[in-house]
Amino acid sequence: MHDTGFWMIAATQAPATISEWWAQYGKMLLDGIWGTIYMTLVSTAIGYLFGLPMGVALTVTDKDGLKPNAFVYKVLDVIANIVRSIPFLILLILLIPFTRALVGRSYGTTAVIVPLTIAAIPFIARMVESSLKEVDAGVVEAAKSMGASTWQIITRVLLVEGKTSLIINATIAMGTILGYSAMAGTVGGGGLGDIAVRYGYNRYQYDVMFVTVALLIILFQLFQTYGMMIANHFDRRKGNAMTAVTLVIFIVMTVLIAVCGGWGILSFIKEMFLK
Amino acid sequence: MSEILVEHLSKTFASKDGKVEALKDVNIEIGSGDIYGIIGMSGAGKSTLVRCMNYLEVPSEGRVLIEGKALGDFTEKELRKQRESIGMIFQHFNLLMQKSVIENICFPLYIQGKKKPEAHKRAEELLEIVGLPDKKAAYPAQLSGGQMQRVAIARALAANPKILLCDEATSALDPQTTSQILALLKQINKDFGITIVIITHQMSVVREICDHVAILKDGVVVEKGLVADIFSHPKTAVARELIRRDAGGENESPAGKIQDEINNGEIIRIVFSENSAFEPVIANLILTFGEPVNILKADTKNVGGVAKGEMILQFKKDNNRVEAMKQYLLEHGLAIGEAPEYA
Repeated sequence: MHDTGFWMIAATQAPATISEWWAQYGKMLLDGIWGTIYMTLVSTAIGYLFGLPMGVALTVTDKDGLKPNAFVYKVLDVIANIVRSIPFLILLILLIPFTRALVGRSYGTTAVIVPLTIAAIPFIARMVESSLKEVDAGVVEAAKSMGASTWQIITRVLLVEGKTSLIINATIAMGTILGYSAMAGTVGGGGLGDIAVRYGYNRYQYDVMFVTVALLIILFQLFQTYGMMIANHFDRRKGNAMTAVTLVIFIVMTVLIAVCGGWGILSFIKEMFLK
Repeated sequence: MSEILVEHLSKTFASKDGKVEALKDVNIEIGSGDIYGIIGMSGAGKSTLVRCMNYLEVPSEGRVLIEGKALGDFTEKELRKQRESIGMIFQHFNLLMQKSVIENICFPLYIQGKKKPEAHKRAEELLEIVGLPDKKAAYPAQLSGGQMQRVAIARALAANPKILLCDEATSALDPQTTSQILALLKQINKDFGITIVIITHQMSVVREICDHVAILKDGVVVEKGLVADIFSHPKTAVARELIRRDAGGENESPAGKIQDEINNGEIIRIVFSENSAFEPVIANLILTFGEPVNILKADTKNVGGVAKGEMILQFKKDNNRVEAMKQYLLEHGLAIGEAPEYA
């Protein structure tokens, strides 16, 4: 009867009732959810802080861009390609000394934000570049004919007309960063990925692993749904009015993300600079 | 003084297969308050020429003077300032699709640093002028092509330009809307004294509103002058071809001569039943016999690839091959009957 199968081990070790189970793992899972949200939101935010200008620079200096500059384009292009060609898990290990120098340690959610952001920046830059290149060249030409400067064309035409595509790509970027943050669990990164690795992989506790995976899926779905919702609703080429239900979901999600993001960034600043 | 002076302008593009000369030694003088047409087939270089007038394209050789000042002497900043007094509209309107109509019209004003209340006030005046006062909150995607071009015109006029460049502005519109847009341009020219340059491939556009016209072929101005003169005495083959197309291809054909001969000829009714709609039966008939046929009525429809319907044909008088021609039609699957109502 004592099968050595993993399922049996998991079953024998599992608490009898849900409330017992929750008493044992609940706190850890809630911390894990927060860790994942914290890493994802802060990395995305810092990623865009640097990736958006980099993407704009790639668009503008390209040979068909507003201010072609082969040298600048090539430098940014090579940097983006180098970072993007390194598998994230390797980048995570490669950057350990750098992370340690910056954060003071190389494990935990705040430390993982460093490699996450560095992986995210060129990825985001490429996403931004592709969104801005989709903008109709005719509208850019019209703006030029009215005497718009390069900066005005970037801020008033490219970023405005590319809005829908930028938001969709931001959603994709956030999903990718969420996935990377889970991968960071293998080096003690914290968050749900870390729990999944420690309990599911190291201790064969599949119940905990399945719950974490389910939570990751739910988080991903929420981000994705929310992103597509904004992209569609604010696309003026379509006349999509929000229904009452979607409006409520939209407001709740916006408030949640704003609060989590704000809190995350504050904690990050606190941990980074006020130690 | 002329408003726009183009002197010895040439433009060469470098391409994979060597250099392409888009414009060759173009000289054009456009007077203040004029409506000047530049016409040519696609690829003639007319879009490049109009872009040289606001330096969206920089000429390879020659100069462009606006009110006596050469655009080539301007710094980039001065050039941007100059462009504020040269409005431009486009074939595909080029509106900001993510901004409302009023914000689109305010766009050039914001670029000049105008504040929102002032810009909105001006935009509302312009919406009145172009006849869309109730569309200010709409988005371009909700408008028709003609309405979008009206918004584009309002936007081009927002900064009170002295010149309006129109690059194939009516080419994406149906004939009726084209007429309305042309009437609006004419009104604007009259009311505000704005010099208008119209790039088109349609002679009808030139005929309807232009005072002067330059005809462009393969980057060279082959003929220019008053529209009335060119219509009455076209000197070049290109001009004649453009005028012929405008007139629907009737002017130069020998139809007039034949018409007299063909009147009073025998009239028959032919009924299409099983023929392919794609087989040019009548054309082949004419080519085979070398005899003219007058189509008095044609009412055929393509029903699933088969021509259904009827035509009333008239043969030339005293044509001794009529019977043979009828035989030809019968052989090609058409039924022949009488047409008493036309006799």
